[in-house]
Amino acid sequence: MYVAVKGGEAAINAAHRLLADRRRGERSLPSVTIDQIVEQLALAVDRVMAEASLYDRALAALAVRQSRGDLIEAIFLLRAYRTTLPRFGTSVPVDTARMAIERRISATYKDLPGGQVLGPTFDYTHRLLDPSLLRQDDVEEPARKEPLPGTMTRVSDILAGEGLIEEDGSLPDDRPAGDLTREPMEFPMGRDLRLQALARGDEGFLLALGYSTQRGFGRNHPFVGEIRIGEVEVEMEVPELGFAVSLGRIQVTECQMVNQFKGSAKAPPQFTRGYGLVFGQSERKAMSMSLVDRALRAEELGEDVTAPAQDEEFVISHADNVQATGFVEHLKLPHYVDFQAELALVRKMRSDIEAAKSEVAGAEANSAEQ
Amino acid sequence: MTASQPSSSAEDVPRRRTAKLLSSAQLGELTSAWEKLPYKPKATPLRGPETGLVMVRGRIGGGGAPFNLGEATVTRATILLESGTAGHSHALGTDKSKAKLAAIFDALWQEEETRSFVEEEILKPIERRVTAEDRRQAEETAATRVDFFTMVRGDD
Amino acid sequence: MSMNAKALSGGFAQPVFDAQAVFRLLMDGMSRPGTHQTVGTEIGQPSPLGEAAGAIALALCDADTPVWLQSSFAKSAVADWIAFHTGAAATQDKSEAKFAFKQAGAGLCSFDLFSLGTQEYPDRSTTIIIEVAAIGEGRSLVLSGPGIKDSATIKVTGLPEYFEEIWRGNRALFPRGVDVILTAGRTLVCLPRTTTIA
Repeated sequence: MYVAVKGGEAAINAAHRLLADRRRGERSLPSVTIDQIVEQLALAVDRVMAEASLYDRALAALAVRQSRGDLIEAIFLLRAYRTTLPRFGTSVPVDTARMAIERRISATYKDLPGGQVLGPTFDYTHRLLDPSLLRQDDVEEPARKEPLPGTMTRVSDILAGEGLIEEDGSLPDDRPAGDLTREPMEFPMGRDLRLQALARGDEGFLLALGYSTQRGFGRNHPFVGEIRIGEVEVEMEVPELGFAVSLGRIQVTECQMVNQFKGSAKAPPQFTRGYGLVFGQSERKAMSMSLVDRALRAEELGEDVTAPAQDEEFVISHADNVQATGFVEHLKLPHYVDFQAELALVRKMRSDIEAAKSEVAGAEANSAEQ
Repeated sequence: MTASQPSSSAEDVPRRRTAKLLSSAQLGELTSAWEKLPYKPKATPLRGPETGLVMVRGRIGGGGAPFNLGEATVTRATILLESGTAGHSHALGTDKSKAKLAAIFDALWQEEETRSFVEEEILKPIERRVTAEDRRQAEETAATRVDFFTMVRGDD
Repeated sequence: MSMNAKALSGGFAQPVFDAQAVFRLLMDGMSRPGTHQTVGTEIGQPSPLGEAAGAIALALCDADTPVWLQSSFAKSAVADWIAFHTGAAATQDKSEAKFAFKQAGAGLCSFDLFSLGTQEYPDRSTTIIIEVAAIGEGRSLVLSGPGIKDSATIKVTGLPEYFEEIWRGNRALFPRGVDVILTAGRTLVCLPRTTTIA
């Protein structure tokens, strides 16, 4: 039975108006601007861009403001917006070796060409709340120093020289990349599609899965070969010009996880690798992504698939927080009719059981009388 | 040309530089140059300005097979000057005014009479600004480079 | 080398509304095979592309739909025009093409090399747009199948006799197979794979 119910319109309108009021908050305080969000809540903006899978700082900041700081809601807004735009094309793959470095560290080599460059990191802060930030004090200009010339070699390229580390995956360089926004997902999927899904996956979910591999659920002995954050150039082949034209630069975070591997029937003992690449400055996400990427290669490398982080269908099907929130949150929508049907069913089961009980009790009483 | 295999030759280098600098222009830089332009050309829009998406690709492991990282907003425009020269622009973001002006300046750069104006009033200032910004960024980053030193052991 | 003005000019004047209007024509045409549909807008397409064929390209092609063009278009600005206005890349590989543009006058051959879809995804086949000399006059083709009450007759000039043989081969693959749109100037007639030609 289907019952159409009306009557919520006035309440919904009033709720939206109330939402707008609460979003604005106390009127005597200045309204937060998009530029302020971009500049001062930059990492929230980066997370929204990464998980919405849309690089645009101004739009992501607008989404953060509209969602009152609920980042999954902001991601949802940006995902919805991207569906309204046509796709002009596909970029030339970005070259992270030519990144304008803002941070670059390695946990495997102390002295590597280009050095350990800390950049604007929370590491080495004492995680003590800083009361000086309660005031709007002037902040010191950053220190400066003469930069080293040249680009910074990727750690994976340094290690590759010895032949003890695998190369950049087994897929050929000219293989066309699958696109999960265009084709329905099928399992098993290629590593390219997995990385696309992980790059837009929920940071918390990937963090928990990465953590689970460290605690023994699919252990893979990771070292941070390198983390680098900085800007890369985005270029696209444009038919009307006949060459790849620069569209501008975007900030990305790249993590090369290096994993000790004792060898299997499929591969000799060597260091294997997990890869993470994320929009914006998102180090935790890039690290988690590379741990999970490596875990999901279990089958390819001939390891036993025993842990949740190694289960491709489990990980990829549940990594997207817009899908997840949609399905979880739909439970609050009216299920009046479903519930009435369930209620009738439970009532009937209950009365059937009680009837059966009283029948048994009656029969027992009868036999006792005889 | 074939649309599927654009050729990139030496003759494209100056045009590529122009396109790159125009894509990194700020709207203010283009509008102030436009105001300085002694003769304002009439430009007919052929396409756009319009905003869309470009799928940004990375490579597995940094240098392996490509994969789709996520999309970015891009705004582009194509205009035609009365002289018959077409100008194009493409840049990250959603700024349509910038796209239109950048396309006009791309066309003006292709024309003999206006090339030096575009070079002096737009391309060079942008190049100087971008170089200075990159330099500052690199210096600030370099200051956070760790200089390891070994503590002297007290063996003797 | 950059494109010339011929390739850059034209296109839909109002991209959203014009594309919707052409899409509507195609939807009506596909659901009522054999009916004549007429494209109303000027699109400034380069010759030898017809108005209807050009409008189909503008409405349906984009960066996700590789386009195959018959070699008879090679010396024209057609490939550049489609690339500029739709973002669709030209492909030499028929099996990769989502859309193919042909001229019946330049000869037709079997559709086997185009993508015929799969049993799981029969929709992933190539849609072939064939420009003929005229629609509404010439040789009669009697159509039947879904969307046609009893039978429908179309008249076409310039479609070779062996087209019926090719079409029978295409029908035999059902649910796989290509869909065809015949175009002549502003007019188009759809032949979805469900249609039988007697």
